[in-house]
Amino acid sequence: MTMPLPTTAPATTTDHRQTVELTVNGEHRSLHLDPRVTLLDALREHLDLTGSKKGCDHGQCGACTVLVGGVRINSCLTLAVMHSGEEVTTIEGLGTPEQLGTMQAAFVEHDGFQCGYCTSGQIMSAVAVLGEIGRGVPSHVTADLNTVAYSDDEVRERMSGNICRCAAYPNIIAAIRDVHEQETTAQEGRA
Amino acid sequence: MRAFSYERVNTPQEAAEAVARTPGAKFVAGGTNLLDLMKLEIERPTHLIDVNHIGLDTVEATPEGGLRIGALVRNTDLAADERVRRDYGVLSRALLSGASGQLRNKATTAGNLLQRSRCSYFYDTALPCNKREPGTGCGALEGFSRNLAVIGVSESCISQHPSDMAVAMRVLDAVVETVRPDGAARRIPISEFYRLPGDTPHIENALEPGELITAVTLPAPIGGVHLYRKVRDRASYAFAEVSLAAVLTGDRAYLAFGGVAPLPWRVEAAEEAGGSAESMFAAIFAGATPTEQNAFKLPLARRLLAATLEQRPGARSRQNTQGAA
Repeated sequence: MTMPLPTTAPATTTDHRQTVELTVNGEHRSLHLDPRVTLLDALREHLDLTGSKKGCDHGQCGACTVLVGGVRINSCLTLAVMHSGEEVTTIEGLGTPEQLGTMQAAFVEHDGFQCGYCTSGQIMSAVAVLGEIGRGVPSHVTADLNTVAYSDDEVRERMSGNICRCAAYPNIIAAIRDVHEQETTAQEGRA
Repeated sequence: MRAFSYERVNTPQEAAEAVARTPGAKFVAGGTNLLDLMKLEIERPTHLIDVNHIGLDTVEATPEGGLRIGALVRNTDLAADERVRRDYGVLSRALLSGASGQLRNKATTAGNLLQRSRCSYFYDTALPCNKREPGTGCGALEGFSRNLAVIGVSESCISQHPSDMAVAMRVLDAVVETVRPDGAARRIPISEFYRLPGDTPHIENALEPGELITAVTLPAPIGGVHLYRKVRDRASYAFAEVSLAAVLTGDRAYLAFGGVAPLPWRVEAAEEAGGSAESMFAAIFAGATPTEQNAFKLPLARRLLAATLEQRPGARSRQNTQGAA
């Protein structure tokens, strides 16, 4: 005996779509989206920017990390429509396969990944973390709240929202340290 | 996620008007907790009012010498504010111990106060939960309760409040400022903001439907040693099993516990009486009713209190006042 098919048509839903204007990696993009569409789904499904990954879809893994207005956030836990008029940077905005960004190159150099699923989120977070340390934003492991300096412990604490189940953590730390040292050397060179 | 309509408002007044004319509406700011719950259909608003563009995103000095923190100040920015770091270190420390960098960049001051339960029975829509569906029962009472509350609970609900920031706000005697849909403003001391579950665990705070938090104010700083110590299952990005916000002055130890109760747990009478860590612990946790699984939180809280009180000004092993927990 087979179950009878439902005879009622699915409830009709009102069209709540809105125009969403984003600047993604420097390029203006106009979308017409249901408000339920997360920023992550807008990037992946509507703009074909599939570098940002959907891991948990609940802000626990960090694979979806992007920069909005230069600030790192979980793109899965925010609606695209909430960011209309704002600037988004994804992994595709940091470099290309032919010309990798500094952090991307460092992850390759230091073997900062195995399966690679978390990697774009790790790299977006890593770029932002060096900026946060540079601006003196304190963290849980900052001993004196008013004195913020680079250390591997600071990086470990600040990267805790990015999970790597291949456990490439030591090499991720090495990659971030390398970029920090490159930036420090470049600054000293200019000074 | 259920379908909903969306609008962006530009002033607190517009927010009040929007919520007054739209039944089933919710405000969205950072959205990190609300969207998480909407995906699971635990929260089912029919309309979202985006309050991210109404201002209220600065920290200002008050005439009384304290600070007025706009409802939309992000957790990262509040923790990094120079005045907060200098005069309210317990608040910076509590904020920095919570969530991840990405979440703190989005999460707001008001939204942090309004975080919902992290109890696994609240999150699992296949299981009973009086907080999620009043009258269905509490799955946690005889279920997995290791992380849950040990005091202030009821037969209806043993869930704990997950916020770190709120624990610091409680020890600092913060005041929550709001505006109601009719435009009337009011000020609610944080001691009166949260509700014990009783037989209505779905009512978690003093806010009325459509009431919007506009700011949280802090009284003038009282100095002292500021500490936030958080014990959890891993060193970062985890909720507290037990946490303790402490401001230790020459006269008094101001103390509020997190992770142990449905609200930031503070017993002023114990602070006034003072005495040893042992006697203060007994007064603060009198009447505790832990489950077999979370009974460990009581000795943990007692030891955390004892270790913290050793950092009182003049105590034998006084540490760097800014030392991390």
